[in-house]
Amino acid sequence: MNSSVITFPGSNCDRDIHVALTKFGFKNKMVWHNDIEIPKSDLIVLPGGFSYGDYLRCGSIASKSKIMKSVINFAKSGGKVLGICNGFQILVETGLLPGVLLRNKYLEFICKNVFVKIKNKDNTYFKGLEKDTLKLHIAHNEGNYFCSKEQIKEIDANNQVALYYSDKDGKVDESTNPNGSINNIAGIFNKEKNILGMMPHPERMIDTALSGEDGSIFFKNLINNLR
Amino acid sequence: MIVNEQVAIDHGLKKDEYKKICALLKRVPNITELGIFSAMWNEHCSYKSSRLHLKKLPTKGKNVIQGPGENAGVIDIGDDDAIVFKIESHNHPSFIEPYQGAATGVGGIMRDIFTMGARPIANLNSIHFGSPQNKKTKNLLRGVVHGIGGYGNCMGVPTIAGQTSFDESYNGNILVNAMTLGLVKKNKIFYSKAAGLGKPVIYVGSKTGRDGIHGASMASAVFDEKIEEKKPTVQVGDPFTEKLLLEACLELMAGDSIIAIQDMGAAGLTSSSIEMASKGKLGIEIDLSKVPCRESKMTPYEIMLSESQERMLIVLESGKEELAKKIFDKWNLDFAVIGKTTNSKKIELYFDDNKVADIPIDILVENAPMYDRKWKKTKLPKKIKIDKKKFKNLKIINVLNKVLSNPNVCSKEWIWQQYDHTVMGDTIQKPGGDSGVVRIHGTNKAVAASVDSSAIYCWAHPLSGGKQIVCESWRNLISVGAKPIAITNCLNFGSPEKEENMGEFVECVQGLSEASLYLNFPVVSGNVSFYNQTKDVGIKPTPAIGGVGLIKDYKNMITMGLKQIDNILIVVGKTEGHLDQSLFAREILDEKNGPPPEINLFNEKNNGETILKLIDKGLIKAAHDVSIGGIIVALSKMCIKGKKGVTLKNPNYLINQFEYFFGEDQGRYIIEIEKDNFKDVIEIFEKNTVHYDELGTVNKNELIINDKSKVTIDELIKFHTSWLTNYMKK
Repeated sequence: MNSSVITFPGSNCDRDIHVALTKFGFKNKMVWHNDIEIPKSDLIVLPGGFSYGDYLRCGSIASKSKIMKSVINFAKSGGKVLGICNGFQILVETGLLPGVLLRNKYLEFICKNVFVKIKNKDNTYFKGLEKDTLKLHIAHNEGNYFCSKEQIKEIDANNQVALYYSDKDGKVDESTNPNGSINNIAGIFNKEKNILGMMPHPERMIDTALSGEDGSIFFKNLINNLR
Repeated sequence: MIVNEQVAIDHGLKKDEYKKICALLKRVPNITELGIFSAMWNEHCSYKSSRLHLKKLPTKGKNVIQGPGENAGVIDIGDDDAIVFKIESHNHPSFIEPYQGAATGVGGIMRDIFTMGARPIANLNSIHFGSPQNKKTKNLLRGVVHGIGGYGNCMGVPTIAGQTSFDESYNGNILVNAMTLGLVKKNKIFYSKAAGLGKPVIYVGSKTGRDGIHGASMASAVFDEKIEEKKPTVQVGDPFTEKLLLEACLELMAGDSIIAIQDMGAAGLTSSSIEMASKGKLGIEIDLSKVPCRESKMTPYEIMLSESQERMLIVLESGKEELAKKIFDKWNLDFAVIGKTTNSKKIELYFDDNKVADIPIDILVENAPMYDRKWKKTKLPKKIKIDKKKFKNLKIINVLNKVLSNPNVCSKEWIWQQYDHTVMGDTIQKPGGDSGVVRIHGTNKAVAASVDSSAIYCWAHPLSGGKQIVCESWRNLISVGAKPIAITNCLNFGSPEKEENMGEFVECVQGLSEASLYLNFPVVSGNVSFYNQTKDVGIKPTPAIGGVGLIKDYKNMITMGLKQIDNILIVVGKTEGHLDQSLFAREILDEKNGPPPEINLFNEKNNGETILKLIDKGLIKAAHDVSIGGIIVALSKMCIKGKKGVTLKNPNYLINQFEYFFGEDQGRYIIEIEKDNFKDVIEIFEKNTVHYDELGTVNKNELIINDKSKVTIDELIKFHTSWLTNYMKK
């Protein structure tokens, strides 16, 4: 399986995701933000970081960058696009995913392990996963997912929620919400479910020496489903 | 502007120093030249009060590739890999403007590291605030933490460990010390020594603005009520630009275009250009009209003294300009050829075709003032006779609650959760342990790093305190299974012009020196910050030590959390119940006098090396050094981390239980071992004449001191974790 990771000048999880993808069998290429063409890919990943500094709304400048035109075309024609953290922020800024990501409720950067409950397994990203909750890692300042009441209705109606922040048993409530996200949303799909944006970093959970292996489960499952 | 004695004094120079300048130049300097002198001769850049004493520090060792004198120290970790590291202060600016002060402190130290060709792989920090009751403390803490996170998180470098303390002596002068470790191949280390004539001098990075002018001079002065006026001297950071600068520099460094490189830190273009020329015994010529400026009509004086961040000065091989420019264009950074190296041994500056400065470099560097300041020795205080009646009404669990929730002991999770500590995917020991540990990417090796200081001990007796911090740093590395290699130090003190403060400095350095020599734990880099003083009152002497060690196989790393029920706990090192200057004496008994615990370097070394032997043999399951708060605090933390309890043995000690549990005797560790290994472990201790006491066994979820005194782990967690969060939310 071929994957491409887009590197913006301020990306800083590009190496980490490259390591993860390669570890689980992807042939990965790094693509520079100023390029126009993307190599033939089964998956494109927008990594975490601070794309263009994010002094303006996170991801907003990146959403207008040269390479994003190709990413948007790829996504619109059904290609699989995964945005993690800053990548998620970029995807909502392009309009490929609904909603926005606001500053965390307590106005502080949060770096910690969290559990997420998988809401929808009927898609390439989660199909066949045995576990219902995953232990992943978050590290962000703007992960507070927000959208209008009408939008959330539509999101729910189309089964677009991918992940909720939860406890290890999958309980979703205020006490398991790290950043104030509406309904505890940690990740969402587009209507067609080929695009996934998520705040947690699966690439930081691919080794028992790190915090755990649930990221490995995610990537192994993903490459299987793409095959 | 006409330069005279008063103008020089306004620049922070002393009368004698001004006279010396005129005599050396054989004329009166112009204003740009005076600015250059004031920048080079202030305490921050010239080390004029400290140089004499810093010479005592041991700086050599078999793993040392580069000691003090470069942008950072470098140590060998085998397989052609080297670690570049240094700690640096940003105290004065952080008090004036906490967010930007702390952020640019982090930015500055990372630049020092990648200037040498190393990719930063870990950040640490040591931050010290006034009393929690002081009305400024909360905002300063919040601002500093946001600033450190804001910069480090954006750079994508994990912040893996740190230290935070509160003491009223920092009410008017907080301390912000930032440390960075970088990884480089041994044959790709870059230095700041210029070489060759007529080589192009390149300016890269951000544009030069009016921010931070006289920052280094400000950091060399005492605070007074006019402190708000100093705000413009604080630099403003842009971590995104620094990230670009990092990537661009590393890209250029992969080739062979660079002769010398120096970041523009304190005193900006002035110190970077002079340092490169001085080290190469060359001259340098710069056309200041070519310097990319952010603001219009900047004068040569302003350009030379600006401390705008994210800038580098490079001496390139001739003919490599185009190649270099291409790389910096790719990263959208300014690039300008602004001058060349010469054989004049002078710094010659031009602006709009006029020569605006002409100073022999040796005058600025070798002839910089050096003072043998008067200093006063601190006598070892007499031991306090604590009235044992005071213990009578104390209940040990209540005391433990108070101690664990003390601001200087409690969990700092509120702080480190705001730092990205997992980016780069190699952090195998997070903040909250004895040391942070990161793997060397793609290998089985890992480096451990810790930062420590003990201002109370240093204040009570600087010589003992100085030794103690080096030992504590050593213990923190050993506790995670790392072999200690070298240290960096950040020496934070009051005014060197006061005999007491100067004495604290001299004796702390003496202590550091003795301990690091004995432990073969050399000092490879560092920084001195004097004038941490408001009016007449200086801070408690606070040397901070950053230690670095190597773990050959990361799978052998040790953590402090208890692992397995029924395992045995042992205290290594002798417990004599030293309470003077302990947290217990100060906070519970309100007794602030007496000597700090004694340091026995022989035991320190012997105990530490024996623990490493046990770890090598796989005999240790968990380890933690015993420090502030004594055995019971160390044990509690092991319980909390491992979410398990301990049943203590009926102790056969002769000393009082409070002395036993809260005493802060040095050179001790608590280790967890398996029952089956008990004999083997004891044999090794006896063979190496290491003192040990059996402490108890691991249980499910309760710390049981005796039948009457017990507490659940959940309660311990509550004691330990609530103070800081509650304080910040109030």
